[in-house]
Amino acid sequence: MGKFLPALNVIPKLRDATAHSMTKLSEKTLEQTGIFSRFLMDVADVFLFMARFNKELFSGRFEWKEFGHQCYQVGYKTLPLISITGAIMGLVLTIQSRPVLADFGAVSMLPGMVTVSLIREMGPVITALICAGKIGSGMGAELGSMKVTEQIEAMEVSSTNPMRFLVVTRVLAATIMIPLLVLYADLLGILGSWGGANIKGSVTFTLFFSQAFSAVDFLDFLPAVVKTFFFGAVIGLVGTYKGYNAGRGTESVGIAANSAVVLASLLVIIVDMIAVQITDMIIS
Amino acid sequence: MSTFPTDINTIAWPKATDRESVIEINNLKKSFGTQQVLKDVSIKLYKGENLVILGKSGSGKSVLIKCIVRLMNPDAGTINVLGENLSTLNTDALGLLRQKLGFLFQSGALYDSMTVRENLEFPLRRIKKDLSEKEISEKVIEALENVGLADALNKMPSQLSGGMRKRISLARTIVVDPMIMLYDEPTTGLDPVTSDEISELINEVQKKYKTSSIIITHDIECARATADRIIMLKDGEVYTEGNIDDFETSTDPLIKSFFK
Repeated sequence: MGKFLPALNVIPKLRDATAHSMTKLSEKTLEQTGIFSRFLMDVADVFLFMARFNKELFSGRFEWKEFGHQCYQVGYKTLPLISITGAIMGLVLTIQSRPVLADFGAVSMLPGMVTVSLIREMGPVITALICAGKIGSGMGAELGSMKVTEQIEAMEVSSTNPMRFLVVTRVLAATIMIPLLVLYADLLGILGSWGGANIKGSVTFTLFFSQAFSAVDFLDFLPAVVKTFFFGAVIGLVGTYKGYNAGRGTESVGIAANSAVVLASLLVIIVDMIAVQITDMIIS
Repeated sequence: MSTFPTDINTIAWPKATDRESVIEINNLKKSFGTQQVLKDVSIKLYKGENLVILGKSGSGKSVLIKCIVRLMNPDAGTINVLGENLSTLNTDALGLLRQKLGFLFQSGALYDSMTVRENLEFPLRRIKKDLSEKEISEKVIEALENVGLADALNKMPSQLSGGMRKRISLARTIVVDPMIMLYDEPTTGLDPVTSDEISELINEVQKKYKTSSIIITHDIECARATADRIIMLKDGEVYTEGNIDDFETSTDPLIKSFFK
């Protein structure tokens, strides 16, 4: 009997250890369930926000004046940034590609290659990412600050639908202006590329442009333009959603702006991937 | 609910049943998660009176006033404003009712991206749609003159002091001729002199625009200056009610701590 005693002493310790492990496990499970349910609630919030956006888009009086103001803010105020990045994008792409093409004796293909790259992918994605940073964060911070300082509630009390006035106008402005900004960035990229081609060689403006556009056909152009409307909508929706649903403290303004940029950039890349897959399926 | 040593029914004001109520709140309850902020609150606002709602921070004052304009929906109870049950109104009807209410926010809530003129024009253009440009301009200037800030017309909110922001915010509220004014902590964060000026303005607005008002505050000087009747909230419940003299002479420790 005596030889079993040490083993019996172990049982309470084992029981306590098991109970401790079970408690830890259940705490962890509860924590993870909490995170998961919060995630599901966030997803539900996004869908409710989009449903409300659609409802407000097609009902009631449209805020034309505010829409015009937002087009000016989103479009015109972003032009300098897009001009610089667009031109540098074309210039860098040309300088980087030239030696590789020169190795194959295909420098004459440089304008066409750069233009197709810019129109199909580089122009839309880089411009959209820059807009996600500038416009998405701007919308997140502006609406977040309006929420914190009770301006959205003040609007609601003065018989103005803040969803229609603040959200619908901003999302539509981003949806319409970002494709235009992308086209503008493409054009400046091609001009930058012509500048890059003239650093180590000499090519006339007319020759460069005729070679550039002879390489581009309608199927390069159309899907690229169509996807930019989705980029614009995503940036506008994410920016306004994050701002409109900001918390109460001043800290939440920063969080809204930051998370708007991160989520909008991520969604731009995901939408691009989906758009490329769909385009590939349709073309092939 | 505690009672005063004096019988409230002997006070000079007319009996509740004789007066027309413009806001009637019955058995209002509101919780956030497990925290019950309002517990069975029943309040009436009578036509033409200034009702001050006193209470410590966290007693549910701001939640109550936000429920009155349906910026928050109560969990239970009814709110009747100008004879309309708020919970039964659709968005359009609620919008129409809100046109008759003025709400002065604690922070002023001026639109940062607009000038003072645009801030005042904003509700005016949406509520008084039949006004001409000249009439809009006249009404804006008149409202600014009423708060003594006609020269701030083209300033941005960021160029104004806290007191000026409150005054402009008050001008933006009265420019649409509301029937009921709701003031959420109108003197919070202001120096005593500016607080007195705001309290004076509240009384002037009541006289000039014939408004009925609810003033949420924990500023006793503001309550003294403006109140026709006072209701004290404690932990989300109506603790007591009376006029300023009742409160000044009360022996209740909580009331004394406010009025010492």
